[in-house]
Amino acid sequence: MPQTITTRLLILGGGPGGYVAGIRAGQLGIETVLVEGDRVGGTCLIRGCIPSKALIHVASKFDGMAHAVGGAADGIGLSATPTLDMARTVAWKETVVDKLNGGVAALLKRQKVRVVNGWGKFTDAKTCVVETADGELTIKAETVLLAAGSVPAALPHIPFGGDVISSTEALSLPELPKRLVVIGAGYIGLELGSAFRKFGCEVTVVEALDRILPLYDDALTKPVKAWLEKAGVTLHLGAKAMAFENGELVVEKNGETLRLPADKLLVTVGRRPRTQGWGLEAMGLDMTGPFVKVNARMETAMRGVYAIGDLVGEPMLEHKAAAQAHVAVENIAGQTRAFAPNAIAAVCFTEPEIVSCGLSPAEAEALGIEAISAVFPFAANGRALSMEAGDGGGFTRVVARKSDHRVIGLQAVGHHVSELAGEFCMSVEMGAVLEDLAGTIHVHPTLSETVHEAALRALGHPIHI
Amino acid sequence: MGRFVFKLPDVGEGTAEAEIVAWHVKVGDLIAEDAPLVDVMTDKATVEMTSPVAGRVIETRGAPGDLAPVGGPIAVFEVEGAGNAAAVAPPPQSLRDSSSKGGAAPAPPPQGEEARSAGGGPAAAGLKGDYAFRLPDVGEGTAEAEIVAWHVRVGDTVAEDAPLVDVMTDKATVEMTSPVAGTIVAIHGDVGAMAAVGGVLVEFSTGLPSPARGEGAGMGVNTPPLQQEAQEAAPPSPTLAAVAPVHPPSPPLPPRGGEAMRPSRAEGERPLASPAVRRRAEDLGVKLSYVAGTGPAGRITHEDLDAFLASGGPPAPTAAPTSAYAPREGVDSVKVIGMRRAIARQMQEAKRRIPHFAYIEEVDMTEVERLRAHLNATHKDRPKLTVLPFIMRALVKVLPDYPQINARFDDEAGIVHRSRPVHFGIATQTPQGLMVPVVRHAEALDLWGSAAAVTRAADVARSGKGSKDELSGSTLTITSLGPLGGIATTPVINHPEVAIIGPNKIVDRPVVQNGQVVVRKMMNLSSSFDHRVVDGFDAAEFIQRIKALLENPAALFID
Repeated sequence: MPQTITTRLLILGGGPGGYVAGIRAGQLGIETVLVEGDRVGGTCLIRGCIPSKALIHVASKFDGMAHAVGGAADGIGLSATPTLDMARTVAWKETVVDKLNGGVAALLKRQKVRVVNGWGKFTDAKTCVVETADGELTIKAETVLLAAGSVPAALPHIPFGGDVISSTEALSLPELPKRLVVIGAGYIGLELGSAFRKFGCEVTVVEALDRILPLYDDALTKPVKAWLEKAGVTLHLGAKAMAFENGELVVEKNGETLRLPADKLLVTVGRRPRTQGWGLEAMGLDMTGPFVKVNARMETAMRGVYAIGDLVGEPMLEHKAAAQAHVAVENIAGQTRAFAPNAIAAVCFTEPEIVSCGLSPAEAEALGIEAISAVFPFAANGRALSMEAGDGGGFTRVVARKSDHRVIGLQAVGHHVSELAGEFCMSVEMGAVLEDLAGTIHVHPTLSETVHEAALRALGHPIHI
Repeated sequence: MGRFVFKLPDVGEGTAEAEIVAWHVKVGDLIAEDAPLVDVMTDKATVEMTSPVAGRVIETRGAPGDLAPVGGPIAVFEVEGAGNAAAVAPPPQSLRDSSSKGGAAPAPPPQGEEARSAGGGPAAAGLKGDYAFRLPDVGEGTAEAEIVAWHVRVGDTVAEDAPLVDVMTDKATVEMTSPVAGTIVAIHGDVGAMAAVGGVLVEFSTGLPSPARGEGAGMGVNTPPLQQEAQEAAPPSPTLAAVAPVHPPSPPLPPRGGEAMRPSRAEGERPLASPAVRRRAEDLGVKLSYVAGTGPAGRITHEDLDAFLASGGPPAPTAAPTSAYAPREGVDSVKVIGMRRAIARQMQEAKRRIPHFAYIEEVDMTEVERLRAHLNATHKDRPKLTVLPFIMRALVKVLPDYPQINARFDDEAGIVHRSRPVHFGIATQTPQGLMVPVVRHAEALDLWGSAAAVTRAADVARSGKGSKDELSGSTLTITSLGPLGGIATTPVINHPEVAIIGPNKIVDRPVVQNGQVVVRKMMNLSSSFDHRVVDGFDAAEFIQRIKALLENPAALFID
């Protein structure tokens, strides 16, 4: 007997957009049902950011040990080569994921959000039919929040399956591939490719463009490219993946045809919004390109239907989805909110890491903003040197509007720089001026001193350079 | 070497003054004889004045937009030989002062003034001290301020920055401080008097060599109304930005949210505010683009938001939060000069003097249109006819019976000059504005002659090169907006004429004829008359005659 329930708010998707929305809705006293086909946590927690960072952590640790065999410069020596049990690494990674997944479920429960496990499909804009383990459940809602997220994009001529894997499978491989070929030199491909290289795999990266990490400028990607070359990752830039046959990737580069043998072929050519399989077509929403169209209040074209996260546009990032969740739910609760951040920062966990917030000098110029910028190298930072992070060409860069010194961009490349993101975002979002950064006492010895020094340098009076 | 004073010649009959439109020279220029000097405009025409002599320009009088009296000096040259004025090396400063303020009739140049007055010392202006403190511009749009209290008397010795006088504008009371140290030798204006911005308030004896210090205005003013200027001008240096006061130090807070507190962001630039301020503004329904920011780089602080709310808050609480349309801000102040001023004066004069009445009648133009199409089709060698020549023909045919309508009324003298010829004014839109070129002796022109004359007149007007003859002397004006003609208009009479005829657009309209609804080409004829000299009955009869002619165009050609 099909069951029907009604609710004030129905959230589709339990990823970082959906579950944050659920918790916030609970806080605001909104009766909420959250429909999730998998576990709560979404791409980020289950098969994205968190598991990949866990894997990268293990890879770096293993790499460090491997370099200590026979004695390293810092005095550590190992008498034998370290070994890796990939199955146990993946199992350990799963404990991290389980912990977070359980935590999210508990937070939702505490806010009295009803989580319905099963695949939901809308029959109209306010009605969703969910296939649960106990049978079909029809949910009628006053308000709907869509947070369906995104899926890895596939190449039409090299579909997923067999040895052709996406990032999801790459994070749960039972054993290491001897030869891994990665298509796509974006941040996902390079993060995973670098990690597998550290594990000892032979890694080849094939990229159609003539550069890596096209979202970042050359200055920021140069240290990453240098590391890849030094670590022995083979890069084929300006190369087109034609086909995967007999365990070989056929690549066309400069008119020549290469055949790259691969035990696993990792395809990371971006992600696309998940717009199929859950009844979007029955809801009467407007689209913009592949994305669901929303306004700054996160409202779709249909009254009472909101959408957030990867479903509504770039950048497809966890923190953006969560921020939009706040906006959407508070609007649903009758408040007046708009999603209008000054900047959405992005981090790339390559070797070394890249963090970018706001505008680069070139982007500022393209917008017609007269800007000043200054860099401070990690080679001149004590903390960086003390943890072997001084070499590799890392730096922090500040970009400010020339007329009033307002900070419009902060970027860094280097080991551990992802943790600088907080100050970067704070400065840009608060509308800091260079004098604010220069006048803030930065703690010694930390990497954050490079922010201070970059600001001083932009003002013309750095101390340590 | 001598001086030659160029006086504005008589530029036209009965012209007492002319407006300066543009200077072709500036002080210091060497100029040849007959080189263009200045353009002046009378109510008739714009005239280019050429230099009567060769020499160096040492003075020009009046800015574009100023009126110069006929016979008054407008330029002074240094010439070889004697010139026509007393030879003095540099022009006295005071003379320049008066002309630059746009005085309508500047005094003749004081002659024989010696070099001691050069350099702008107050002595040149007949002042007692060696330093004059003038009332600075105390706020946007303020032309004068009331003296509220004097802090000094004649004979007092004051230190720099000591309070001198309190003045009050409609925005705030402002304490003026002394820009110099010295002894007060004169004060101007009693308490309660209005002091003009730029006028001398206090004269000092500073003990410094006479012309050394010059005079000052605006120095040492420490007032809230200037806060905004300080903000706009604030260079990015940290010291200055930090000094920009959030809370004005002086007690009389200017009214905020007014012109003086307008946000200084470039159009389209997003207001800068911390997330907490943004959130509070969203809760309050305040669009931050309305709020001025006093923080570094124009950042909007909580205090700025408080001040905005205290000033009256958001414009309309219901409208603000959800509108997708950005409000537009600002006012563009355009000085009414040149052509525009001439038009304004003429229109004002017409409406002030003439008691207009309007009469609107509809005319069936079907027959005229048929005839026009036929003529255009069969006379391909001639220019295409518009409706206007037909209307002109109808008017010239009827006007002899209504001499009071084809006339110019000299209301000062109390005489109506009824004109036997018909000189049509043709209201013409030009890039400079509305002009009324004249088609002379329209009664002697046939259809094509009329058409050609109208085209010529319009070209003359648009080229801006019309002679006085081509631009004045009309006896009745026709104003047609062509395809923009609308349903009806209430045209303004071209003073001193007594009537104006305004044909509107021809449109297909259903008309009842012989009990049948038929489609006819209908046109309204909107006319205005001077009721002082044209009676309503006569005007109506006149228009009915026109209507009858146009509806039976064959009659146009029957004498």
